[in-house]
Amino acid sequence: MDAIILQILNGLDKGSAYALIALGLTLIFGTLGVVNFAHGALFMIGAFCAVTVQRILNLSVTTVDESRTDFLGNPLKVQTPYVENWFGPEIGAAISDWSVPIAILFSIPIMLLIGFIMERGLIKHFYRRPHADQILVTFGLAIVLQEVIKYFYGANPIPTPAPEAFAGSLDLGVMFGFDPNAIIYPYWRLIYFVFAALIIGGVFAFLQFTTFGMVVRAGMADRETVGLLGINIDRRFTIMFGIAAAVAGLAGVMYTPINPPNYHMGMDFLVLSFVVVVVGGMGSLPGAVLAGFLLGILESFASTTWATTTIPGINQIIIYLVAIIVLLTRPRGLMGRKGVMED
Amino acid sequence: MSKSTLTRRGLLKTSAVAGAGVALPTIFTASSAAAYMNEPTGSSVTLGFNVPQTGPYADEGADELLAQKLAVEHLNGEGDGGCLSTFTSKALQGNGILGKKVEFVTGDTQTKSDAARASAKSMIEKDGAIMINGGSSSGVAVAVQGLCQEAGIIFMAGLTHANDTTGKDRKANGFRHFFNAYMSGAALAPVLAKEMGEDRRAYHLTADYNWGWTQEESIVASTEALGWETVNTVKTPLASTDFSSYITPVLNSGADVLVLNHYGGNMVNSLTNAIQFGLLDKQVNGKDFKIVVPLYSELMAQGAGENIKGVLGSMNYNWQLENEGSKAFVKSFGEKYGKPPSNSAQTCYAQVLLYADACERAGTFNPCGVAEALEGFEFDGLGNGKTLYRAEDHQCFKDVLVVRGAQNPSSQYDTLEIVEITPVDQVMYPPNHPMFGGDEATLGECNAGA
Amino acid sequence: MLGLNKKDTALFLIVIALTILAPFILNPFPTNSAMAQFNAGYPDLMQRFVIFGIFAIGFNILFGLTGYLSFGHAAFLGVGSYAAVWMFKLFTYNVIPAIVVAVILAGLFSLLIGYISLRRSGIYFSILTLAFAQMSFALAYSVLSNPKFNLTNGETGLQVYGDDPQIFHGAGLPNLPHLFGWSMRGNNQMSFGAWDFNFNTGYYVCAVCMILAFYIAIRIFRSPFGMMLRAVKSNQTRMTYTGLNSRPYALAAFVISGMYAGLAGGLMAAVDPLAGAERMQWTASGEVVLMTILGGAGTLIGPILGAGFIKYFENIFSKINDAVLHSWFSFLPDGLEDVVVALIYPFVGKGWHLTLGMLFMLVVIFLPGGLVEGGQRIGRFTFRRRDAKGSDAERDAANQRNPAE
Repeated sequence: MDAIILQILNGLDKGSAYALIALGLTLIFGTLGVVNFAHGALFMIGAFCAVTVQRILNLSVTTVDESRTDFLGNPLKVQTPYVENWFGPEIGAAISDWSVPIAILFSIPIMLLIGFIMERGLIKHFYRRPHADQILVTFGLAIVLQEVIKYFYGANPIPTPAPEAFAGSLDLGVMFGFDPNAIIYPYWRLIYFVFAALIIGGVFAFLQFTTFGMVVRAGMADRETVGLLGINIDRRFTIMFGIAAAVAGLAGVMYTPINPPNYHMGMDFLVLSFVVVVVGGMGSLPGAVLAGFLLGILESFASTTWATTTIPGINQIIIYLVAIIVLLTRPRGLMGRKGVMED
Repeated sequence: MSKSTLTRRGLLKTSAVAGAGVALPTIFTASSAAAYMNEPTGSSVTLGFNVPQTGPYADEGADELLAQKLAVEHLNGEGDGGCLSTFTSKALQGNGILGKKVEFVTGDTQTKSDAARASAKSMIEKDGAIMINGGSSSGVAVAVQGLCQEAGIIFMAGLTHANDTTGKDRKANGFRHFFNAYMSGAALAPVLAKEMGEDRRAYHLTADYNWGWTQEESIVASTEALGWETVNTVKTPLASTDFSSYITPVLNSGADVLVLNHYGGNMVNSLTNAIQFGLLDKQVNGKDFKIVVPLYSELMAQGAGENIKGVLGSMNYNWQLENEGSKAFVKSFGEKYGKPPSNSAQTCYAQVLLYADACERAGTFNPCGVAEALEGFEFDGLGNGKTLYRAEDHQCFKDVLVVRGAQNPSSQYDTLEIVEITPVDQVMYPPNHPMFGGDEATLGECNAGA
Repeated sequence: MLGLNKKDTALFLIVIALTILAPFILNPFPTNSAMAQFNAGYPDLMQRFVIFGIFAIGFNILFGLTGYLSFGHAAFLGVGSYAAVWMFKLFTYNVIPAIVVAVILAGLFSLLIGYISLRRSGIYFSILTLAFAQMSFALAYSVLSNPKFNLTNGETGLQVYGDDPQIFHGAGLPNLPHLFGWSMRGNNQMSFGAWDFNFNTGYYVCAVCMILAFYIAIRIFRSPFGMMLRAVKSNQTRMTYTGLNSRPYALAAFVISGMYAGLAGGLMAAVDPLAGAERMQWTASGEVVLMTILGGAGTLIGPILGAGFIKYFENIFSKINDAVLHSWFSFLPDGLEDVVVALIYPFVGKGWHLTLGMLFMLVVIFLPGGLVEGGQRIGRFTFRRRDAKGSDAERDAANQRNPAE
């Protein structure tokens, strides 16, 4: 029982990342009708916002310590971060310890800006082009973005730990009457799940309860009519693209303490998040979220020893297998509308 | 078309086009005038450095390339000469190899066997490379080694740790300086017993491909020989980015040691996840929970950051080694590039020097002569201490380092500390060891491509 | 000629001439000159040009004509390669049976996957093919290479070992893939002054296959069957109303292109008897999509150009390192040399992906019809041709690619 609960938690956690990326993807597809292969790269750029903040907070002044030597036998150059000089060692260390949460604030304007630039500078010209062209140009953009990151940050993963306060794990089992240690879960992963739920809720509320959201939803349903009503739908769609980029970016920032970011993490998530979007149904926001969590949970269960001994290799193929079964039995995905992307 | 002239780097030709391929037992046919493939005819000789430049191992490849360039400099008598002065063989004069200036070409393996072979082939066919060196995975090493055997040039492997490279896939034209999974197990086991006791229960997470399996097999064998019990061995897909669903079952399995048979990004993530789930803070069976990473590299240590503290593993070489060769190499590398060399860099540096030295001693670039000079060659002064290139399987035998993530590193470069230098006798095995292909494994015939 | 109209005959003859003369065309620079870095006329790369050309031609029959975007074609190429290497291992190094079996097996595999995937269209079809291909890759990389049942040899790649049966292997035959005794790696180098040209058996075997493949593609493009496929692309609903079931046509196109991929895979194994699982990965499938669109989807020659373009980049640009750059710009004053090298270096060598990505974007943005359209624009600009009627078969095809919506 506790093992099952643990795998469900793992699945929710994996599913959070899938759902956040897929949410943005399907938002872009639903509003702009564009298939954005660079969405994984936006997730990756978000993660590197956290790395950048960490680097900035650790910008150091170099002093030479004559009493110690470096690996060549020369006097050791000691790096002291500026923040420690300014605020004293303890507060300074605490500030750089909190670099990931700080990066959240920092990344929102940056991701919005990147989203606006991308939409106005590139995607806008592809509304009337075939989907294949959209895929190709955004795929090219994804390669360029990740190579630029690789040029500046290297190919090796970069550790970006969570603040010390969130380093441990929570004994969930005790709360529900299990033995101690039966169900323990890291704080940061729980935070990630809660954070994802908040963002998803926020996006839905925004679309549901604001005038802006109403217009966007109307535009998703029938772009032409909304345009005929004299509403500048393009401007709103640009903003939606920015929001989708910010959602992907935040997912990336928050993901960095879970696994150290590297330049190709976007590509690792890209294929999976496409599968999630399609399984959920193209253009369906609830579908994307549902499919994200569903696939995350199935993936977790498929990796248990029980599953891999029953069907060898199931952990390697489960996602694709589910995608195939869903698409063959429910042609438009779990919650997709008819006629979307079937040409 | 049938006119026979000796061409550029002595690549082939002769006879009419149609007749060319008939009944030629070798691949790239060498010309009748050249005694062997890509015989250097001008005043220079070309080496091929085939390292990953794109993909997850790009940084590792970049480090290898730095070391290879340094080796070329030293061979040509530039720079401070590095290990040339400490190397026990004094055949190298700093005037190139056999009086020919050393040049090099580079290529990108992408850490894919197909791409690595394509890149190596272009070096052989187009640039006339006479030796290929580098790489950071066993799949690539075996694939390129096979190609070099067929082509008739020498392959000096870079980082490759699977037993198969000098086991069932060993080749007469291929040489490995790096250590292997068996040696990791043999070196680690006594230290593990000493530090953790002899009645431990181990849980293995293993990358689901060839290298992972050979390492798991080796570690399981050597730890079980100590009296450890293996609770479970779980294969994880190479493409995994999150290991939470593999880590959580460990806690309730009754195991008290987790062995991560992962490399590169897989290892960074699985170790980070294991620490997140607080495994190291746990007590199981009345003992402190421990994690072991049998194969370490500096870049992995960097990527995993704080998480490696106290975690044991093994390495081929570490710059903190105190012998003369190591000091000379670290000084030379450090002064040129501002950082100490990684263990894959050291392997590539040593391999280039060893190749050059073998050519000098053999008095020829002919791969068969070079191979003969390397076989059974004993040397010292390249950083690893006393080393033997065994003739039967072309594997180097030298001391193996057991290392641990340092608790209080003084800089970003000493995140790993040496726990023990396991003497070479402890990691020796017979060439027909069952993990290395048994009696059936043979090097085959040396191929000079002619 | 051969049942082709005048335009097509001309195009066909051009392709034949280009393929046969490739050893000359691809080695325009003297061997020891600084520009020799850009020579592509060595056996391995020439083979890759034509093999990936075949792969892209086949892919284009599906994508260019029917508009079905498959993201799983690399799986068929992989199956072809594995089949061919198994033929080498079990029976003989002769390439003919290996290639035939590769094509047949890839055809059967694509029949299976096509039959299932073609129940859906649009992006659902793409994801289905992607899912099948990724499953094949994952299985080939690890599951099917376990010691008990080693079908693919996993990460290392399937290769021929000395103790393999090879029951039809004769004594006098080369110990490598061969065509009735002619080793696929047999190579003749011809020197002409400072120039060297390579004539390679493996290349010409592949080249003959590509010429045949190209000829068949032209015939398909111009046949009633080809018209049907185009109808599938332009308006499937209308086609259904006329009482035609489009699925058998699409399936036929899928299987044909799968067989082309199998042929390419078989040839890859024939020139280099090692089959790695990576050639089945989704990125490999993506690569053939890029090749086709880059060259010009729906055009006859576009895919070949696209394949050549990408393979040239991968193999030539990745080998330019800073030492090479310094040697090129050594004529500049020292400081300036370093600046120039520092400016160019991020885009070559280990940065070749970056350049490739940027070129993709530029081509897609400015040349929606791919390289073929680029060529036509240059042609129109140069000759100021006013016959806008478009008797040019290639332009018809390029223009046919208007928005899918």
